[in-house]
Amino acid sequence: MNIVVCVKQVPDTAAQVVVENGQVTWGDAPLVINPWDEFAVEAALQLAKEHGGSVTVLTMGDESAKEAIKHALAMGCKQAVRIEGPADADTLVTAQVLAAAIQKIGDVDLVTFGRQAIDGDNGVTPAMVGRFLGWPVFSLSATIPEIADGVVTVQRATEEGRQVVEGKLPAIFSFGKDIGEPRYPSFMGIRKASRAKVPVWTLDDLGLSALLPAVSWPEVMNPPKREITTEIIEGDSPADIAEKLADKIMAEKVL
Amino acid sequence: MDFNLSEEHRMVQKMVHDFAQREVAPIIKEWDRKQDMAPFILPRMGELGILGICIPVRYGGAGMDYVSLGLACEELEAVDTTLRVVMSVHTGLCSMTLLQWGSEEQKQKFLVPLAKGEKIGCGAFTEPGAGSDFAHIRGSARREGDYYILNGEKMWISLANKADYAMVTMRTNPNAEKASRGLTSFIVDLHSPGVTRGDIHGKLGVRAGSTGWIHFQDVRVPAENRIGEEGEGFKITMSAFDNGRYTVAAGATGLIRAALEESVKYARERQAFGSPIAQHQLIQAKIARMAVDYEAARLLYLQAGWMKNAGSRNTRQTSAAKWFATDASFEAASEAVQIHGGYGFSDEYNVERYLRNSKGAVIYEGSNEIQRLIQASYALGWRTDKPLRRELPPYDPDFWQEEA
Amino acid sequence: MSEKIWVYVDQFKGEALPASWEAVHAARALAENLGGGVTALVFGQGVESLAQTAIHYGADEILLADDSTLADYRGEAYAATLAKLASEGKPQAILFPTTTRGRELAAMTAADLKVGVMPDVTALEVQDGRIVATRPVYAGKLLAKVVSRTDPQIFTLRVRAFGKPALDESRTGTVTSVEAVLSEEEIPTRVVNYLQSEGGVSLTDASVIVSGGRGTSNNPSLTPPPDITDEKEQEIWRAQQGFKLIGELADTLGGAVGASRAAVDAGYIPYSHQVGQTGKVVSPDLYIACGISGAIQHLAGMRTSKVIVAINKDPEAPIFKVARFGVVGDLYDIVPALNEAMKKRLGK
Repeated sequence: MNIVVCVKQVPDTAAQVVVENGQVTWGDAPLVINPWDEFAVEAALQLAKEHGGSVTVLTMGDESAKEAIKHALAMGCKQAVRIEGPADADTLVTAQVLAAAIQKIGDVDLVTFGRQAIDGDNGVTPAMVGRFLGWPVFSLSATIPEIADGVVTVQRATEEGRQVVEGKLPAIFSFGKDIGEPRYPSFMGIRKASRAKVPVWTLDDLGLSALLPAVSWPEVMNPPKREITTEIIEGDSPADIAEKLADKIMAEKVL
Repeated sequence: MDFNLSEEHRMVQKMVHDFAQREVAPIIKEWDRKQDMAPFILPRMGELGILGICIPVRYGGAGMDYVSLGLACEELEAVDTTLRVVMSVHTGLCSMTLLQWGSEEQKQKFLVPLAKGEKIGCGAFTEPGAGSDFAHIRGSARREGDYYILNGEKMWISLANKADYAMVTMRTNPNAEKASRGLTSFIVDLHSPGVTRGDIHGKLGVRAGSTGWIHFQDVRVPAENRIGEEGEGFKITMSAFDNGRYTVAAGATGLIRAALEESVKYARERQAFGSPIAQHQLIQAKIARMAVDYEAARLLYLQAGWMKNAGSRNTRQTSAAKWFATDASFEAASEAVQIHGGYGFSDEYNVERYLRNSKGAVIYEGSNEIQRLIQASYALGWRTDKPLRRELPPYDPDFWQEEA
Repeated sequence: MSEKIWVYVDQFKGEALPASWEAVHAARALAENLGGGVTALVFGQGVESLAQTAIHYGADEILLADDSTLADYRGEAYAATLAKLASEGKPQAILFPTTTRGRELAAMTAADLKVGVMPDVTALEVQDGRIVATRPVYAGKLLAKVVSRTDPQIFTLRVRAFGKPALDESRTGTVTSVEAVLSEEEIPTRVVNYLQSEGGVSLTDASVIVSGGRGTSNNPSLTPPPDITDEKEQEIWRAQQGFKLIGELADTLGGAVGASRAAVDAGYIPYSHQVGQTGKVVSPDLYIACGISGAIQHLAGMRTSKVIVAINKDPEAPIFKVARFGVVGDLYDIVPALNEAMKKRLGK
C-alpha cells in the first residue's frame, strides 16, 4: 500500500506570535511539524504496518520545511518529497500543488493529513485535494481506517457524535486527536532522517505554472488588547464568595 | 571548530525533551511528595531506547554517540533529577563499564538486555564507611573454585531496589601493597541468594527516585562475571566514574536551565514596587549569573562528550564539568527560590524541588571537594593519566549502527 | 454576477444547527449592504420545513434539494450539487456555518469552482463592493483581514460570532426545488450508521462553559473507594469527583463541560472536552475556569469568551490575567457554593 502523508512546518504552539511592522513574527521560537500532522503520520504508519507498504512524506515549503519532514521521517516514514511552492500560496494553490504531486508520486492508495495547520487554521486543504484528485474525502477521521478488499470504513467525528462511513480507495483522510497520541521519533529513525536526502520538486516538475492565489491577507493585526481589569472576589467563607460572585455574574447579563 | 549541534543531536534533544515534558513533568510533583518512583518511568525509558542511547546497536542499544547521552541527560534533569540519575547508574556506571571493560560474552549476556531496557542496572561502589576514600572499601570477594563469594554492604546506591544487575567492586586482596590494587569488579545478578536490599527514605532530594543499600551475605558470583582482571577494580571503578560524572554534569546543566527558565518567567510576571521584578537590577544579576553558568556548564560537558566520541581520555575534563555544573546548579536553584520569594519556598512551584535535588550531585559521584583535589593535582603536574588496558571505545558510527 | 448572497443551512436528521441561522443572519446583513437578496440552500431528505424556517430567519429564496441520495450528509454528493447550482446561479458569496460539515463542504465547493475559501471568519464587511472578512489565525494569537479575488467568495462563519436573528413568522419567500446532481451509484461513499456521543451540550455551541484542569485531582481529603488501589486510578477518581462538581455547575447554567489539555492528557476526561489550541476553540458568553492555570495554548482556545471567571488556588496563575472575575481559592470549596448561589438566582 502506498501512503502519502502531507505535513507542514509551523511555529511551535507555545510561541508568542505577534505582528511587528506589519510582519508576522514568532521571535526565536522553533519551527516544528504542525502538531495535527503528527497524528496523520501516526495513522499512516499504523496503516502501513497493518497492510504493508511504505509512507512518503510530502510537504510544500521552502528550505525551512525540513524540520517537519525530518520529524516525520524520524517517526518512521520511508521517504520524503519537498515541493518548492509559491510563497504566497493560499489553500487553493496548495491543494492543486499537492494533488499534482500525489499524482506524480503515482499509485497512491491513501493520503493522510492533520485536521488543520495551526498557522492559517484553515482546515480545508484535505477536502480540496480530494476534489482535485476526484477521490473520496474522510475529514476528521476519529479512528484508524479499516481496510478490506479495497473498501475502507472509518468513523468521523461530527457535532452529533461519530458518523461511520465506508468508501473505496484511493481516498483522503484527515485526523485529529481521537486516534491516540502520536509516537516519538525513534533513535534509529532519527539517524535515518538526519541522513535522508530529500528530493525537491519545482512547479515545473509537476507541470504547473502561474498558479495565482485567490485569497490574500491584506492586513494582519494583533488582536485588540481587551482591557480587562480582573476583579478578585474575596469573602469570609466559600459561601460568601460564591454569593458575591453569583451577583457579579448575573450583573453581566450573559445568562 | 564548530559549536553547532548536528541535526541528529537536535532531534535527540527534542525527542527526550518531549518525553520528559509530556509524560513526566505533569506528574513529578506528586511522586516527589510520595517519595517513590512512578512505575512507568523505567519501562518507558527502556521502550523509547533512552536507557541504551549510546550503546551500539549490536549490543542492543540505540547506536547514538556519547554527546547524545549528555544531551538526553540535560533534557531529563530539566524535568527531574531522578530521571537523569537513572541514566547515571544504569547507563553510565553499569552499561558503559561493560562496554569498556566487559568481554564479548559478558556484553552479550549482560549489556544486551541492559541496553534494551529489559534489565535494569546500577553501580554498587560506595560503602557506609568509604565514599571519597574509595581505595579503602571493606566489602570482600573471596575466590572459591569457579566462584567468588561476596560479602559486604553498599550504601547510597541509586536504583538499589529496582536493578537486576549491579556493577560491584569488592576487595579481593586484603594484603595488596597499595590498597587500591587489591580491588576487583564484578557484574552481579541482584536476584542471587544472599542479596538483600532496601530504599533509604527521608532524603533531602531526588525523592521521586530510588536510593538504597545492598547487603551481600555469602553471595556466590560465577568467576566469568568478573570484569577485567583481579586487582583492576579501582581503575574500572574510576573509569565508571568518568562516565557517571559526565551524566551528572550534563544533568546539572539541565537543572540550571530549568531554574533559569522558571526564574525568567516568574520575574517577568511578578510585580513589585510597580513593575515586574525583572526590572530590578538585583534580580537581573541573579538571572545573568544563571544564564552564563548555563552556557559554561554546557560547553564543559559537551567538550567531555566530544572527547569521549574521539576516544580521548577525559578524566580531567569530566571532573571539571561535574564540579562546575553541580556547584552552579545548586547556586542557580537557590537563587531561583530567592527570586520566587515566599512562593519559591512552597512546592506549588518547581524551584524548591530543584534546590533539594541539586544538593545531592554536589556530594555524589565524587564530592566536589574530591573534584577540586583532582583539578589541583592535574594543574600542579602531580597527576597524569596513564593509558588504560581497556579504553572506552571511541564512537564509530559504522560500528555503532551495524546490526550484530 | 448577481448580488445574491447564498447561505448553506447545515442540518442533521432534519434539524438545523443553530449556527446555520447565524449564517442566515450574516447573509441578511451583507445583502442589505450590497442591495441583493439572500438565498438559502437546504439539502437533505424530508427537510421542506427547514426551508420555511430559513425564510422566517431572513432568507428570501430557498433552493431545496430534497432527495434520498442527500439523506445523509456526504461531501461528494452535496458538493457536486452545490457547485453546479453556484456555477449556474453565480452568487456573489456563499456563507457556511463553521461546522464539521460546513467547513468540508465549503472547501469542496471552492475546489470544484476553483475559487478561494476563507474559513472560520468572525466578521464580514463590504469594501468597494467586495466582502472583506476577519479571521483569527495562529489560534487567535493574530487576526487577519482576508479577501478573495475570485467569485463566488466563499466563507465559513465561526459559530457564535454573528448572533442569531429573530424569528419572523410573517416573512415569506419562494422555495425552488432543485435536483441532486449525483445518482446513488455515482457517490463514492456510504454512511453505515451513527454512534451517539455521550450527551451533554456541544462545546462549540455552548453559551456557557465550565472547565476543569489538573487542579481537579488536587483534593487529598477525598478517599477513593478501597477497590481502587492503583495510584494513577486513585488520582483519576479524585479528578472525576472534581469534574462532577463542575458538571453540576454547568447543568445549573445550561452549559457544557470543558477541560484543559493537562486534564485530558492525565486521563481525567475524554478529549472531546478539550479547550485550547489542539482542542476546541470556543467563545462562549461565560467561561468559568476551575483549577486551570492558563497555559498559552489554553488561553488561545478561550480568550475571546465574553466573561471569564477564574477559580484557582495559585494567585499567580496566568488565567487571572484574562479573567474578568477571579477567586483565589480551592475549586472544591468554591464550585459547589457557586452552584448553590446560581441555583437560587436562576430559580432552580
